[in-house]
Amino acid sequence: MKAVAFRYERPETVDEAVAVLAEHGDEAKVLAGGQSLVPVLNMRLLRPSVVVDINCVLSIDNVTRDNGSTRVGALVRQADPRLGELPLVPECLPHVGHFVTRNRGTVCGSIAHADAAAELPLALTLLGGSVVAASTRGRREIAAAEFFVTHFTTELAPDELVLETVWPTGADGWGYAFEELAQRRGDFALCMVAAAARGSEIRVALGAVVDRPTLIEVDPGAPGESAAAQVEPFGSLHASAGYLRHLVRVLVDRAVARARERAA
Amino acid sequence: MIDLTVTVNGKAYRESVEPRLLLSDFLRHSLGLTGTHVGCEHGVCGACTVLLDGVSVRSCLLLAAQADGRDLITVESLAENGQLNSLQQAFHECHALQCGFCTPGILMAATDLLARGTPTRPDIVDMLSGHLCRCTGYEPIVDAIEKAARR
Repeated sequence: MKAVAFRYERPETVDEAVAVLAEHGDEAKVLAGGQSLVPVLNMRLLRPSVVVDINCVLSIDNVTRDNGSTRVGALVRQADPRLGELPLVPECLPHVGHFVTRNRGTVCGSIAHADAAAELPLALTLLGGSVVAASTRGRREIAAAEFFVTHFTTELAPDELVLETVWPTGADGWGYAFEELAQRRGDFALCMVAAAARGSEIRVALGAVVDRPTLIEVDPGAPGESAAAQVEPFGSLHASAGYLRHLVRVLVDRAVARARERAA
Repeated sequence: MIDLTVTVNGKAYRESVEPRLLLSDFLRHSLGLTGTHVGCEHGVCGACTVLLDGVSVRSCLLLAAQADGRDLITVESLAENGQLNSLQQAFHECHALQCGFCTPGILMAATDLLARGTPTRPDIVDMLSGHLCRCTGYEPIVDAIEKAARR
């Protein structure tokens, strides 16, 4: 349970950080909150030769609002009260780890880690948000729908740093809801659902029972049933495939019903 | 090796550390502050919780190097002149520990929680979800933190 030896880099600007990443490519890992990275370092599931600690890059600790969206910088912690203004996210955050881990874990780190059973990637996907990545080659914005590829795999290149995530602040009249079942509070979900509703329109995204947060088309008259018919979950020791499909049906119906209530 | 300067419980230390050294091991092995316990070393059990610049964090998920220039508070700081502080006293009165392994981490997380205002019982239960205790069954711990919050 001790990490392999690595070189420790502590850049103070974005330019310095991306220069280190450009030099070391996939031999380097970015350390932000460390609530996912350090466990896998301790377990030696990852053996990077360079760890790039971005916690001293003070310019990326910001939350800013512009035309219809909120930009959350790479060092904004999950416990940050400024996140309270976002749609959907405040309902997800109590499920993200625990009181102490949210003090340190970052929003952007959870997005970059891309666990298929993590709440924040699901929220970003439902809201139609995006990720801004920087490298020595420049900056680009990647839509959430393209960003998440599969388990722990994103569109990020090895030399790219997530600078910020962009969260649409929600058009008028939409209601949002989040539902999750986990074995214990704070654990990763067995099944989770985010939904948005306005009038006859609904949007539904699924997590944990799929390999990445996934938007699905559902029948507005029977959302749960039509969602359950579209998934092929893998069963595990903790939940059979049939039980997970049952959870999709129940949680989609609950989330859609609450989103509709909140829209009304 | 990396040189770091850190304040722990009001005392300044200057040490040289390997980059991969965890903050939990730094506290225990380099500084001899063994009140901070190490359970799982992947952020699940909560036993190693300390305060970093006043905010509760898992010391097993931080590198010692990351504490450079920062202020740390560990469980050793709570009692003064051998007198339990009000939170520790409440744990004693409510029988909120048995073997005591998880207690330092819970005390530090509760110290952070109580510093933010008066928590409700559900707030305390939510905080405690990040800490594993294999002896007491949790209820006496919730009672103790609630009692400390009323003082």
